[in-house]
Amino acid sequence: MNPSLFSPEGLAGVIFLILIGVTLIGAVIATCTQRLIRSVVGLAICFLGVAGLYYFLNSPFVALMELLIYVGAVCVTIAFAIMLAEPDENKLLRKKPGMSGGLSLVCGGAIAYGLAYAGVNTTWVSAGAKVNDGSVKAIGVELLTTFSMVFELVSVVLLIAILGALVLARAGRN
Amino acid sequence: MNELIRVVIYFVGIAAFLGLNLAYLGWVERKGAGHIQRRTGPKEVGPFGLLQPLADGLKLMSKQLVIPDSADKWLYMSAPVLAMVPAVLMFVAIPWGEEIVPREFNFGLLMIFAFASVAGLSVLMAGWGSGNKYSLIAGTRAVSQSVAYEIPMLITAITIVMITGSMDLNEIVRQQGDYFWKWNIFRFDKSILMPLSFLVFFICSMAETNRAPFDLGEAESELVAGYMTEYGGMGFGLFMMAEYANIVIGCSLTTILFLGGWQSPIGIFPGPHWFLLKMYFLIWCFVWIRWTYPRTTLWGLLNLSWKYLIPFSLVNLLVTALFIKVF
Repeated sequence: MNPSLFSPEGLAGVIFLILIGVTLIGAVIATCTQRLIRSVVGLAICFLGVAGLYYFLNSPFVALMELLIYVGAVCVTIAFAIMLAEPDENKLLRKKPGMSGGLSLVCGGAIAYGLAYAGVNTTWVSAGAKVNDGSVKAIGVELLTTFSMVFELVSVVLLIAILGALVLARAGRN
Repeated sequence: MNELIRVVIYFVGIAAFLGLNLAYLGWVERKGAGHIQRRTGPKEVGPFGLLQPLADGLKLMSKQLVIPDSADKWLYMSAPVLAMVPAVLMFVAIPWGEEIVPREFNFGLLMIFAFASVAGLSVLMAGWGSGNKYSLIAGTRAVSQSVAYEIPMLITAITIVMITGSMDLNEIVRQQGDYFWKWNIFRFDKSILMPLSFLVFFICSMAETNRAPFDLGEAESELVAGYMTEYGGMGFGLFMMAEYANIVIGCSLTTILFLGGWQSPIGIFPGPHWFLLKMYFLIWCFVWIRWTYPRTTLWGLLNLSWKYLIPFSLVNLLVTALFIKVF
């Protein structure tokens, strides 16, 4: 099982590794840089890699939604918030003293362990098999039948977020 | 192997089409501006100034790239690239003719909106990375504008998707008939508000591409040149070309969704020539409007979207759903 580099499997592997690399590099930039705006750009790079992974895994709809929502809306909104709140661009992010390092290590370790545990113990669909045909219609039917509860709960969360934003904005006004 | 040849042909074709259009739309704009303001426009380089874009391109390419001291080097350098790349990628999904589609993709419409939304990030990066107050103000303005106008544009596109039941751009064109009264803009049996939603979509695409009267992001009378202030040479050139590429995409999308794409208005010879005719007519309208109307204020701009276009597009969505359900 060692396909040559220029066979379809080999090229697919190379593309997969490139996408993983983009995702990881973006994540490292997002966490390690000292300027807040650069970490937003790192986050955008990370999302681009994730979108590429979705496309690689034959889910173009999810990939495009990742681009539209995460890169186009979430990152832009975060960058916008930074610009409005923090005009002092020379202010660099500093290390917090004390036990924050240990605490973050514990939290990160717990999350990594949880993800690895879930990853190992889930029965994955094999690479060739598809869940459904990935069309908009199939996704829509699934969202409004099998996952309708989750769908509604997510929309309630978004509604609460909008209301919270309105309350906060109103409170500042006289 | 055939597939490879097809990819290469479309790659070269898109690159050539883009190069020609991005260069000569600048000429069209300057000539149009000239004639609207009772001047002649460019006329010295070549006949009718036709070689002017080449001269401009040479000038831009031979200029030194100067990075300002206060700039964030990485953001400053990558912003023009990030503006240009999604603009070029969007051309992959456009159906020029019934058989001339670079990539027959069942999420074509979604793909164009996804890549278009990335452009907002490049404006923010340019505005922040330049380390200049004018750029920063322009960046925030341009993004608040594009966020505001993305919503009615998407909702109007959703009404079209509801009517046609497809996000495949070629399928949307195919469903519109061979005569102009069968185009989506006149399909009153689907929704009586179709001409108005065409107007909303057109206004939104004008605002999304930062064109006057909505060019608050580069208002030269108050902000020098907006987020492009600190860019010289090809950095500025890339921003200008990305703007023209976005205009071509916006007009193509309006043509596809409302004006029947490559369908003929009189029932004979459907093909890419009709597509190009409609698209260039819309582009000419962009130029015409830009040099006819004065710039709005930021508040007027945001009010137009949040108080009129978004409520209207929501009502339009409901009316369309009602028509689909009843008839």
